[in-house]
Amino acid sequence: MTGAAPFANTMVAGASSSRQTTRNRFNMVASVASSIAIVRAEGLGQQVSGPAGTLDILADVSFTIARGESVAIVGASGAGKSTLLGLLAGLDTATSGKVWLNDTDLFALDEDGRAQVRGAMIGFVFQSFHLLPSLTALENVMLPLELAGRGDAESVARDVLGRVGLSARAGHYPKQLSGGEQQRVAIARAFAPGPALLCADEPTGNLDRATGAQVMDLLFDLNKELGTTLLLVTHDERLASRCGRRFELVDGRLKTP
Amino acid sequence: MHALTISLRMLRRDWRAGELRVLMIAVMIAVASVVAVDAFTDRVRLALESQANELLGGDLVVVSSEPVSAAYRDEARAQGLAVADAVSFPSMALANGYSQLGEIKAVSDAYPLRGRLFTAPRLFEFGTPATGVPAPGTVWVEPRLFNELRVAVGDDIALGNIRLTIAAVLTREPGRAGDVFTIGPRILMNIADLERTGLIQPASRVRYRVLVAGEHRAVARYRVFSDKQLGPGERLEGVEDARPEVRTALERARRFLGLAALVSVVLAGVAVATSARRYVARHLDNCAIMRCVGATHGTIMRIYTAQILVLGLVGSSAGCAIGYGAQMVLTDILGGLANIELPAPSLWPAVFGISTGMITLLGFALPPLLRLKQIPALRVLRRDAGDREAGNTVAYVLGVTALAVLILWQIGDLKLGIYVTLGIVTAFIVLAAVASLLVRLLRRLQPRGGVTWRFGVGGIARRAQASRLQIVACGLGILVLLLLTLVRNDLLRDWQARLPADAPNRFIINILPDQVEPVRQFFADAGQPAPQLFPMVRGRIEKINDRAVIASDYDDERAQRLVARDFNLSWTDRLQEGNKIAIGEWWGASGNGEHWLSVEEGIAKTLGIQIGDTLTYGIAGNVLTAKVVNLRSVEWDSFRVNFFVVTPPGVMEAYPATYITAFHLPRENQQFLNALVRAFPNATVIDVAEILAQVRLIVDRVTQAVRYVFLFTVIAGLLVLYAAIQSTLDERIRENAILRTLGASRRQLLKGLQLEFVVLGLLAGTVAALAATVIGYLLATRVFELGYTLNIWLWPAGLIGGMIGIGSVGYLGTRFVLNQPPLQTLRGL
Repeated sequence: MTGAAPFANTMVAGASSSRQTTRNRFNMVASVASSIAIVRAEGLGQQVSGPAGTLDILADVSFTIARGESVAIVGASGAGKSTLLGLLAGLDTATSGKVWLNDTDLFALDEDGRAQVRGAMIGFVFQSFHLLPSLTALENVMLPLELAGRGDAESVARDVLGRVGLSARAGHYPKQLSGGEQQRVAIARAFAPGPALLCADEPTGNLDRATGAQVMDLLFDLNKELGTTLLLVTHDERLASRCGRRFELVDGRLKTP
Repeated sequence: MHALTISLRMLRRDWRAGELRVLMIAVMIAVASVVAVDAFTDRVRLALESQANELLGGDLVVVSSEPVSAAYRDEARAQGLAVADAVSFPSMALANGYSQLGEIKAVSDAYPLRGRLFTAPRLFEFGTPATGVPAPGTVWVEPRLFNELRVAVGDDIALGNIRLTIAAVLTREPGRAGDVFTIGPRILMNIADLERTGLIQPASRVRYRVLVAGEHRAVARYRVFSDKQLGPGERLEGVEDARPEVRTALERARRFLGLAALVSVVLAGVAVATSARRYVARHLDNCAIMRCVGATHGTIMRIYTAQILVLGLVGSSAGCAIGYGAQMVLTDILGGLANIELPAPSLWPAVFGISTGMITLLGFALPPLLRLKQIPALRVLRRDAGDREAGNTVAYVLGVTALAVLILWQIGDLKLGIYVTLGIVTAFIVLAAVASLLVRLLRRLQPRGGVTWRFGVGGIARRAQASRLQIVACGLGILVLLLLTLVRNDLLRDWQARLPADAPNRFIINILPDQVEPVRQFFADAGQPAPQLFPMVRGRIEKINDRAVIASDYDDERAQRLVARDFNLSWTDRLQEGNKIAIGEWWGASGNGEHWLSVEEGIAKTLGIQIGDTLTYGIAGNVLTAKVVNLRSVEWDSFRVNFFVVTPPGVMEAYPATYITAFHLPRENQQFLNALVRAFPNATVIDVAEILAQVRLIVDRVTQAVRYVFLFTVIAGLLVLYAAIQSTLDERIRENAILRTLGASRRQLLKGLQLEFVVLGLLAGTVAALAATVIGYLLATRVFELGYTLNIWLWPAGLIGGMIGIGSVGYLGTRFVLNQPPLQTLRGL
């Protein structure tokens, strides 16, 4: 647990210490030992009430993901994949069960607390890219760094944008970029703050096969290089097979292999 | 601060994308109209006042029953103001063995500071502006005295211990018209001779006046100084205190202009709220993404609040610039109004304008923005999360508070401000309720139409909430346009009609009872319309019920003055034109001989008189006791003869009475006047033509100015319409793209769009015409106290105008939606 402690502190510590640690994190992450649990879910369940009574979208999901692992969450449409991702990333709260992220009980925090955890620890890549249309590629990548109060936002952002091969497109707005390029910007944005966990929701869903493959290569490469833990929701079996582990959801329950 | 950097960056981009245009223009309009009206009314008020001050002889007058202390003069000189002295008192003038009670006025060389004295070299000649004042040893006297004392210019008259030579006929004197009921003719003398007359004795009824005039800010400072300085028996007199007609006109002018600015601000607020709503809808996703990458609630609010503040400052500054420019145009319109240099506009309107801009934005745009704070990060995974608009009490409270602050600030009257705010809020609620009802009715009709009808009109019912908003906003826009074009003209016309071309411009007072018939005959012989003569009895109020009336019992200065002097009482069985019974009933012929009183409501309020009270008047050594049976409202600016207190006939006939009449005489018909004065030497003719012209000028100029100021309001109204139509643009684009994909023809969609906006316009027009009718009535009767007749054009104009206006603007504004290839639209979603 010693390796995880600095991160746990980062999330709750004040701005100045967080600035100090996040600055180093980009380089540090790769060297952190990988055998420690970063995500732990216990008895996770999500119910919605509709006209026909309550419906279980997720039920009794428990697992542990170790630091540096890559995990694919697969399943048919409506199996609860995105709901699970949302809960693990602290985008939503569950009706039952708990999620620990680096020993932090996510549901014990309030919304702002979870936002801080997300900013400090989690990177996101979405099917529909979700770039801010009013910011340039560079500014989009800078956004999470700036929100975290980092003074080196621009240099870090330029560096990461270079790694995804978009240095020349830094000043362009999302509208002026192709789908593949937009997703690469999104990947750069996700990796820029050096997150411990990267959540990707159907990242190739809106891309053609060739572009999708390029984007996935980039995602896996960066993941390996930086030692990030990867949580990937996908339909694509080929993509899933590139991950170290595979969770299959059937009607909201984890199918044991 | 990082939030600020991010905020500015996003603002820059949104501005370039045109997203903030409506918000920005709305702020600019609000600020520009407030600044223009404020800077302008301020200058005009000063100009009108300084012109009206000519009637007073100065900008401000300190009046005292004792010699005015040197402190007043010293302070005036220290403020750089010009100072003049005038001492007036009644005294007997003697010549040729005749005597006459005259109104003596001894003045210093600088008198008058505003306006001119007019003199003529001989009796019955036209007066010309005089230079200076009577030289020591001489007097200028009014025509009446020549008759009474059988003297001519060049003769001497005795005043107290000395003899003074009549050097000229005094034909006009500033402020003289105000003393309509002074008893004797004026004798104007030099103050240097005053002491030698020996007329100033401890018990004499003397009024000491110190007149000051100069730069308006110095006068304002002086007013503050002397207000604090005033001792017992001293008071300040400005033109507003002295001239009720001018005061009424100025007040109305201020209300008209203030209302115009206020309406612009409220409308701009609606435009801001409407476009902010769209802005927010378009930023929901952005917020969710920012939440996702770690932004806290606080950060999001900081980012958007900073945007609003920057937007507000930029918009307000631009608005200020426009406002000052517009104000100069306004000043040009009123160029002929004032002969004096208008004071430069101060910076206060700018301060007020910028504050208005910020309050408008914060009050109307912040509430929708508060919603952004509640957007769940989950929206990045599930698009519908956070779509529902939660009813936010804080938001409404904020909006209404902002509205109230703006209104109170603009109106400057707590009670009226609260009424107006409540009125607007009620109007909103009623408009929204009517709109809801109409939308619901429309839904009932829906299944009956064809496919175009279903898409077009169905769209209104489907987007029920957005439609309601559109109907209310468009309705407001149309409402204001209706009020401006139709009701405004009605109101202004009514106001102008108050002063017809033949409004009385001369009064004759002191007509003796046995002269009533000869005077009538005199008018008839000269071919003049028959004058209406009113009896007048002078009496002093002594008791209200059993309580003795003492000046010092009243805090109000006006009340003190009123009880200290004689009232003019009259009797009649016919209610005077321009008088209305406010409480109680008019007696008509049945009141004959009853000891009843009808009291003007303003004076009743000032003196605390109520219906049923018994008043006791002292009249020429006798006592008259009568009961108040009704309260009247009086149009004081009508220039007709009016009385504070009247009784039925058969009550006061025994008391000594004189008669008074008002009539219109064209300026060129001076001969008639001269003949009249010769035939009835004891009667006094008072010329109010100048005041009349003054008031008429104010009315005319202000009417012009109001038309111009309302331009801002019209622009604000159009802006509301535009913002309302834009508010559903995104949804419309999406819907049309999907319909196109599904095979709807361009023609079908076009027809649907047209139909939808025409119906929307019809609904908004209905709501607007309804509201305009009610508001027009309320404005006329409650705010401007003018008669109002329903303008039947409101309805066709509202309905047809709404249909054509909203129909075409909406259609033109959204037509481009159809020109976009559906795929491009869908991809952009």
